[in-house]
Amino acid sequence: MESEENKNIHWLVRPPTIRLLWIVMFLILGLVILLQFFAHIHGHFIIDESFGFNAWYGFIACVLMVFVSKLLALFVKRKDNYYDD
Amino acid sequence: MINFIPPGLVLIIAGFLLPLVPKQLFRIIAFLAPIITIFIVLQIPDGVLIQRTFLDYSIEIVEGDRLSRLFALIFSIMALGGTIFAINNIKTKELGFAFIYAGSAIGVTFSGDLISMFVFWEIMAIGSTMVIWNGLELTSHKAGLRYALVHFFGGVILMIGIIGNINQTGSTNFDIVTLNSWAQWLMLIGILINAGAWPISSWIGDAYPEASASGMVFLSAFTTKTAVFVLIKTFPGTDILIYIGLIMIFYGIIYALLENDMRRILAYSIVNQVGFMVTGIGIGTEMAINGAAAHAFAHIIYKALLLMSAGSVLYMTGKRKCTDLGGLYRTMPITTICGIIGALAISSFPLTSGFISKSMISQSAADLHLTYVWFLLTAASAGVFLHAGIKFPWFVFFQKDSGLRPKDPPFNMKISMILFAGLCIIIGIFPSILYSLLPFKVDYVPYTSGHVTAYLQLLLFAGLAFFILLPQMKRTLTISLDTDWIYRIAGYKIIQFLSKELKLLIDGIKGGTPEQINSFIEYIVKYHGPAGILARTLPTGRTIFWVIIIFALFLLLTLLS
Repeated sequence: MESEENKNIHWLVRPPTIRLLWIVMFLILGLVILLQFFAHIHGHFIIDESFGFNAWYGFIACVLMVFVSKLLALFVKRKDNYYDD
Repeated sequence: MINFIPPGLVLIIAGFLLPLVPKQLFRIIAFLAPIITIFIVLQIPDGVLIQRTFLDYSIEIVEGDRLSRLFALIFSIMALGGTIFAINNIKTKELGFAFIYAGSAIGVTFSGDLISMFVFWEIMAIGSTMVIWNGLELTSHKAGLRYALVHFFGGVILMIGIIGNINQTGSTNFDIVTLNSWAQWLMLIGILINAGAWPISSWIGDAYPEASASGMVFLSAFTTKTAVFVLIKTFPGTDILIYIGLIMIFYGIIYALLENDMRRILAYSIVNQVGFMVTGIGIGTEMAINGAAAHAFAHIIYKALLLMSAGSVLYMTGKRKCTDLGGLYRTMPITTICGIIGALAISSFPLTSGFISKSMISQSAADLHLTYVWFLLTAASAGVFLHAGIKFPWFVFFQKDSGLRPKDPPFNMKISMILFAGLCIIIGIFPSILYSLLPFKVDYVPYTSGHVTAYLQLLLFAGLAFFILLPQMKRTLTISLDTDWIYRIAGYKIIQFLSKELKLLIDGIKGGTPEQINSFIEYIVKYHGPAGILARTLPTGRTIFWVIIIFALFLLLTLLS
């Protein structure tokens, strides 16, 4: 079902497509977690074998890195003509 | 009599010829030289092939082993791929300098002694500076000068270290060095400057993005990876490299996250990737060294691919800032797809080359039970997907509609991207191709169901974090100050301040002293001042310069005889 205004924009960026992409993404995320029931992750440090470890660890690591970069930006961010004479 | 032409020399001679020959011959030489080089590299057997004596030192210009063949092979493949990409858009002399740069990098990999290694090392610095100076914009000149200063400074430190090391050990062997005294520390520092180790790392983000579209493709491959090669040869298993590598990894991620210039994002991600290799060298087991070498090989291909993709965008639109770009997938499908393949490879996605190389480094940390190293490397793997794997393609090709409708670049540029994208996938699917070339026997299986599952979880949830935090990642017209601020702003301000204050002081003193004393001071200044005859430096510097010239002539003559 396409409205008139959607016809002018590329199919990939129409709101229904974007909604679909989010749904597909969450389905895939769920699948890779469930995959762990079938594929044994051979760990070295106990915790890395636990269920869904890589998922939450990767997510939290990224959130932390973005947070740290925003914090650093408070000190080092300048207008991009800063070095121009 | 010699049986082998030194492989690096082919590219260096071709580099000198390129600006001089007519256009038809230019193309023939440009393609033939890298192909011949690949062929010769594959023929080099183990052991010393060309050996001469110079000033009582044994000079081994070509010595082959598995590691040197691996690096020389990828350097010559890179020279060929770069040429295909560059042939329609590069200045003749720029390609010439790029060849001299690539040839001397190959020269380093086959050097059997520290002296010839150092000579090729310095030719690289000159060649790469000239590539930057042939960049597009006025800013290239200043950035190139800063780049040259950093590298000649690093070169001097390395030279002092090498001389000290030769004095202490009596040997010029280009082999494992133990950190016994100041000399070896200086060698390590000199090498690390070229590797882009923090705090002298900002030159990568400062200078490389100022080169031309094709120039940066060449620049991304040689300097830092030659440093990785030299580190593997000289300092494997040196603990401090683990920490230095980890700092480089996170520095690269954090600065790339803040960056707005698409090619500077990729420049910071070079530091990040070299960090993985340096960490591997610090761990130093056979698995770790294999991992570092394999990662260097894989990295050169996917980083060149990413920069070809970014270079195509720059070439077609003239724009390099994320704030100006976006939505290019509509009209640049091939550039978009190849860029995404490069981005997946750098993120170590299963079925790409990065997956089969980087995981060996993590595995070696796990094998030695280096707990925090393993956890940091794993977090960093997620971070690579965040800062390069998604950020680069998202902000350049998707994001918003910038209104730009550039076509895919000309034929040769598309071909080079498709070739390198193909290599990323072929190596990812058939890891044994790369594993069979590594310095040690490989006893590692990357594709187990558990390992693939773990990586998919890690990377896809990093992707989720990116899209959830997207409002935080919005690009702004800003730069982030880096350590180069110290010599670009702080150093300048200090000199300015001192020269002003000192002048006041001297004028004050002059005003209060009798005429005779002032004329005595002028007399002293005349002979001992900055321009005075007695203040000239000892002729050592000039002697070394001439010794190097004689050395170069000597090498050339003995090779031709």
